[in-house]
Amino acid sequence: MSDQHLPSSPRRKFMLGAAALPLALAMSRIGHAAALPTAQVNTTGLAVTDTEVVVGQLHSATGTMAISETGSIQAEQLAIDQINAMGGILGRKIRVIKEDGASDWPTFAEKSRKLLVNDKVATVFGCWTSASRKAVLPIFEKENGLLYYPTFYEGLEQSKNVIYTGQEATQQILYGLDWAKQEKSAKTFFLIGSDYIWPRTSMKIARKHVEAFQGGKIVGEEYYPLGHTNFNSLINKIKIAKPDCIFAAVVGGSNVAFYKQLKAAGITGARQFLLTLSVTEDEMLGVGGENFAGFYSSMKYFQSLDNANNKAFVEAFKKAYGPKAVIGDVTQAAYLGPWLWKAAVEKAGSFDVDKVVAASPGIELPTAPEGYVKIHENHHLYSKARIAEGQPDGSFKVVAESPELMVPDPFPKGYQ
Amino acid sequence: MDAFKTWLDRSGLASIAILAVLLLVVFPLAMDSFRLNLVGKYLSYGFVAVGLVMLWGYGGVLSLGQGVFFGLGGYAMAMFLKLEASDPQSTAIQSTPGIPDFMDWNQLTALPLWWEPFNSFGFTLFAVVAVPVLLAFIIGYAMFKRRVGGVYFAIITQAVALILTVLIIGQQGYTGGVNGMTDLRTLLGWDIRSDEAKTVLYFVTAALLLASVLLCRWVQLSKLGTLLLAMRDKEDRVRFSGYDVSMFKVFAFCLAAALSAIGGAMFTLQVGFMSPTLIGIVPSIEMVIFAAVGGRMSLVGAVYGALLVNFGKTYFSETFPDLWLFLMAALFIGVVMAFPNGLAGLYESHVKPWLARRKGAAAKAGEPPAGTPGEAGQQASAPASSSPAASHSTQAVAADGGLGIGTKVSSQSA
Repeated sequence: MSDQHLPSSPRRKFMLGAAALPLALAMSRIGHAAALPTAQVNTTGLAVTDTEVVVGQLHSATGTMAISETGSIQAEQLAIDQINAMGGILGRKIRVIKEDGASDWPTFAEKSRKLLVNDKVATVFGCWTSASRKAVLPIFEKENGLLYYPTFYEGLEQSKNVIYTGQEATQQILYGLDWAKQEKSAKTFFLIGSDYIWPRTSMKIARKHVEAFQGGKIVGEEYYPLGHTNFNSLINKIKIAKPDCIFAAVVGGSNVAFYKQLKAAGITGARQFLLTLSVTEDEMLGVGGENFAGFYSSMKYFQSLDNANNKAFVEAFKKAYGPKAVIGDVTQAAYLGPWLWKAAVEKAGSFDVDKVVAASPGIELPTAPEGYVKIHENHHLYSKARIAEGQPDGSFKVVAESPELMVPDPFPKGYQ
Repeated sequence: MDAFKTWLDRSGLASIAILAVLLLVVFPLAMDSFRLNLVGKYLSYGFVAVGLVMLWGYGGVLSLGQGVFFGLGGYAMAMFLKLEASDPQSTAIQSTPGIPDFMDWNQLTALPLWWEPFNSFGFTLFAVVAVPVLLAFIIGYAMFKRRVGGVYFAIITQAVALILTVLIIGQQGYTGGVNGMTDLRTLLGWDIRSDEAKTVLYFVTAALLLASVLLCRWVQLSKLGTLLLAMRDKEDRVRFSGYDVSMFKVFAFCLAAALSAIGGAMFTLQVGFMSPTLIGIVPSIEMVIFAAVGGRMSLVGAVYGALLVNFGKTYFSETFPDLWLFLMAALFIGVVMAFPNGLAGLYESHVKPWLARRKGAAAKAGEPPAGTPGEAGQQASAPASSSPAASHSTQAVAADGGLGIGTKVSSQSA
């Protein structure tokens, strides 16, 4: 880490290196705080002392979104606890100021201003819905804050002040559709979504991909208000259209009604191919494994993922939050936030937002539970796409994985 | 001098003056820019609470849909600001530059016709008040002319709040949907996100709110205010006296709507966005709670109510992020159980008599207790009094043919 301060001439580097070696050893024993005085790592008045760095956490702990955001709160806390146990960042322990956005967008705006202006936090881990992110975005840009945003979302955004640790729309959709065509020979698609920006944008991309790049056909496209629970007329339309694939992005409580009513109408995984963008392990708790068995979900992470990183992560998560805790896609993405921030701060050798932002592109995280991720120039992550089949016990069995990392492309050309 | 003091007390100007000092001097000196901006946000809810005092406390009409008017005022302002923020340079990344970003996401390729007038600031200011008042007039006229009132009216206003929310969320290409209108930057080229701008906007909000309170106080002290009270207490008697009761209610509803809308517009300017979460049933009921906590008969109390409830919300949620909803619930239940007339009622029933006793004890050297402020209700029912409120209530008594409603008219000072 201290290598970057050394001059570049090989000969001097050697000499200085030799001279610095015992010094570096001594310093590492004292810790970085002594080596990196606060005045050096914090030139913009953030809440950083010799022993502590303050960060904010802004999710909905109450209100309708609490059920979804609790996983993110827990995962971020777990990552922060683990980092602190390792000695913190630049020799400083992380202290969290928790604020409740209360599922209310004006409250998110108020709290983000409080964190940035009053508490001077070095970074914020937070938000879940697009609406909450849109509410706080102008404040982060105005106050030059830093936000790690965990949710898979619609794209069409790229801010200097945000690191997006979830997938933008194309990363989640394109691989799934290609897989549907190759493995399931799907040619006709029925698109269903909740009526707000994320499903609308996702379906726009899906339609372009199917019609322009796959030579397939969209046989229906329907949107329902958030919280809608009566899907009978939709089920009749599906029965008439007989699509090869139902492509769904129904969110929240509507999910439960949607899959229960599909099953009641005889549309089950054994008889119909369905691929969704919005059912993770969290949603599965409400939907119930028996209603989703045989349907497929397209995400970048599933709890059942078989690798050493993930096994350690799942074990630590269950140890902290109980054996019944489940980990969905967003929860894992939230877990990445503190680690990515740590890596960027250490690369920059500073907590200053501008320096951390500048250091962020190219940051790699080979220890990510999902495998390996890397931050792109556009502040989104390179990550793999995966398809998993719902099991009757409510778990997911991963059946396909993109061979390469999907390049994030928040403003996809040809899909606008 | 005593006459002046009596007048000052009865007109409520003293309490309004105290509020003015608090808002215009004490808060700005005591708070940093961030907290002052928060108070500014609370004050924008204060407009709704003041409107509810007129509508509910004086008019006896409970509306659970004031969020509708708050939202319409706020959205009108947001539309203007959004158009200003969507100039072709800053939206160059879109498929159709020059239109608001949410329209672009929803595949609109041109600005809808009904958005065009909101390019004009003058029209926007007009629309902020006119659109909500027009809607209030239509709803009020349709309901009150048919003598729909009480619980039924409250339910209908709730339904309107729900309908408007669903409409805005459903028409996301035109309204921004669930996300609302975000990323509002400048007002006529003036950056509303800077600290200085927020301070200026705070003073504008506080001044407008004080002006609204004065306006409402003036209405209360006029014959109209007395009639509103009479109507609340014995509607049939007022109707039989020849008054068109429904139009008075329509007036009160429109007045409350206009005030809410101004609050909404100031909210948009200070917070920098507008969303359907501010319009629905829950926020509308919260707004009634502001008035209830403050005291539904007291204009100044309503402002304190809005300040206290929102301050509590902020404070509790910052200090106890996991428990704060329970604390808020305890506050509401406590207020309603312990002092049903709110903070102002508490003042009238406990603080004022205590002050009077102390004053009486201090001045027991034979001076007649001329300045003793008794219960406001007693003043209104004392026909010999020369206060404006009382003289109007005597007029009401006369107008009513001596049926005696005057004795039932009760009013409290602001």
